[in-house]
Amino acid sequence: MSEELKRTPLYDLHRELGARLVPFAGYEMPVQYPTGILAEHAQTRDAAGLFDVSHMGQVRLTAKPGQNAAKALETLVPGDIAGLQPGQQRYTQFTNDAGGILDDLMVTSTGDHLLLVINAACKDADLAHIQKHLSATCEIEPMFSRGLLALQGPQASKALARLVPAVATMTFMTGAFFKIEGADCYVTRSGYTGGDGYEISTPAAATEAIARKLLAQPEVKPIGLGARDSLRLEAGLCLYGHDIDTTTTPVEAVLLWSVGKERRVQGGFPGAAVIQKQIAEGAPRKRVGLLPEGKAIAREGAEIAIGGKIVGKVTSGGFSPTLGRAIAMGYVDKAQSANGTKVDLVVRGKPAPAEIVPMPFVKHAYYRG
Amino acid sequence: MADVKYTEEHEWIRIEGDVGTIGISQYAQEQLGDVVFVDVPQAGRTVAKGESVAVVESVKAASDIYAPASGEVVEANAALSETPGDVNTDPMGKGWFFKMKLANKAELDGLMDQAAYDAFVKGLG
Repeated sequence: MSEELKRTPLYDLHRELGARLVPFAGYEMPVQYPTGILAEHAQTRDAAGLFDVSHMGQVRLTAKPGQNAAKALETLVPGDIAGLQPGQQRYTQFTNDAGGILDDLMVTSTGDHLLLVINAACKDADLAHIQKHLSATCEIEPMFSRGLLALQGPQASKALARLVPAVATMTFMTGAFFKIEGADCYVTRSGYTGGDGYEISTPAAATEAIARKLLAQPEVKPIGLGARDSLRLEAGLCLYGHDIDTTTTPVEAVLLWSVGKERRVQGGFPGAAVIQKQIAEGAPRKRVGLLPEGKAIAREGAEIAIGGKIVGKVTSGGFSPTLGRAIAMGYVDKAQSANGTKVDLVVRGKPAPAEIVPMPFVKHAYYRG
Repeated sequence: MADVKYTEEHEWIRIEGDVGTIGISQYAQEQLGDVVFVDVPQAGRTVAKGESVAVVESVKAASDIYAPASGEVVEANAALSETPGDVNTDPMGKGWFFKMKLANKAELDGLMDQAAYDAFVKGLG
C-alpha cells in the first residue's frame, strides 16, 4: 500500500461537487468535475474558473536582523529578487550547480518579507534546500497547510472585485493583503493559464468558505487539474518535471527573460558559469512550440525527427480546446530550432508532420493596467 | 436484435452476420473523459485478435483499442474525425469505430454478454 494521500482544505467540497479525484504529487486532487475538461477549459477562457492549488507549497522568508532576504534568495535563483518593489511578484527558478532547474517558483515581496509559491512535488526538497542555504540569513516559515485558490479567466476580476473591490485595479504580477470573508488573505494577480486572474492565499480554515463564496458568483465554476494542464500548454507555460527539470537550464528552456539583466553579468547563483556560457554562446538545445499538421496528438516522450534523424523530444503535448487541434512543446537541437522548421513527431511509430512555431499557442491576456 | 458482446478492455462488438461493428462502452467513455481524436484503421487492413487497431485520444491520454476478433476491416467511421465527441455522447451508436469481416466467429465465444459485462463493470467499483 502506498503512502496515504494528503488532502487539501477543499477535499470535501470537491467530493460534493462530484469531482473525479486522482493522486497528484501526494495529494488527492480533482482532475475534472462532471462537466468535463473541454467545458472547464472553455469556462476558464470565456468566463472564470476556480482551481484548488492548495497542494502547492507556500513559504515565507523574513530577513534575520542585519540581513537581506532578497539578497539571500538570490544566492539560489537567477531572478532579480533584490529589485522587487513591495507588492511586486516575479517568476524564477531554483538552479543547481550544473545550471539545471530544481524547481520553478513565484516570489512576491510584501516589503517585510518574501512569499514563495513552489511546486507540490518539489516542496519538501525545496524547503530542505532553502533551509540548508538560507537558515543563517532568513527566518524560514513553511506554510504548507494554507489554502491556495486560483481564480482565472476574463471575468475573474469582475467576480473577485464583488468581494474585494480593490483587486480590480491590481496589475499583472503584483500582490496585496486583503480580508476576504473576514480572513487574512494574500492576493496576487497572476496564474498559470495565460489569461487574466488571481491567486489567493488563504488560511486553511477559511479556504472552503472563500471557495464557496467565489463559486456562488455567476461567472465562476470549479475547474480541475485536467483543464489546468491544457490551459497552461496553450499558454506555452512550462510544467516542472516535464518541460523543465534538473537536466534543462533556463537558457535551454527559453526562460532567459526571467533571469535578471544584472544577474546575467554578475552571476552569484548556482550554475551561473554554465548559464552565462550558454547566454554568450547559445545553448545546445532549445524549448520550442510544435504545431502538428494533422489530428494525431504527440504526447510527452514522442521523438522529434527531421528526415528520419532524431533531433529532439516532446515534453508536453495535448489537444488545445481553444484551437481545436493538437499542440506540443519539446526540445530540439539548436541548429534545427528556427520557427518554420518542418519536423516529424513520432506518434506510435508513425511520423506526424509538424512545424516549429512561436509560443504561446493562445495569446496571453494579462492585465497590465 | 443483433448480438452485442464485450471485452475486458471495454470494447463492444455488435455482430450482424459475419460482420462485427466495434466501439467502446459507456463505462470506457466515462473513464476517458472528453474524446478529441480517434485514429481508426483503414478499410482493407487485416487484423489479428488482440492487435492494437485504433487509438482513442481524450484530453488527458491516448488509449489503444484492440481487435476483439481476427478479420478484415471493411469500414471505418469517417464521421469521427469531425465529431469525436460522438464517442462520449453515443458510444454504442454514432460513436462506433470500425466494422470488420470476422474470420472466425468462434473467437467471440470468450467475450462477455451484456449481463456478464454489467457485472464485470460493477466489480470494478
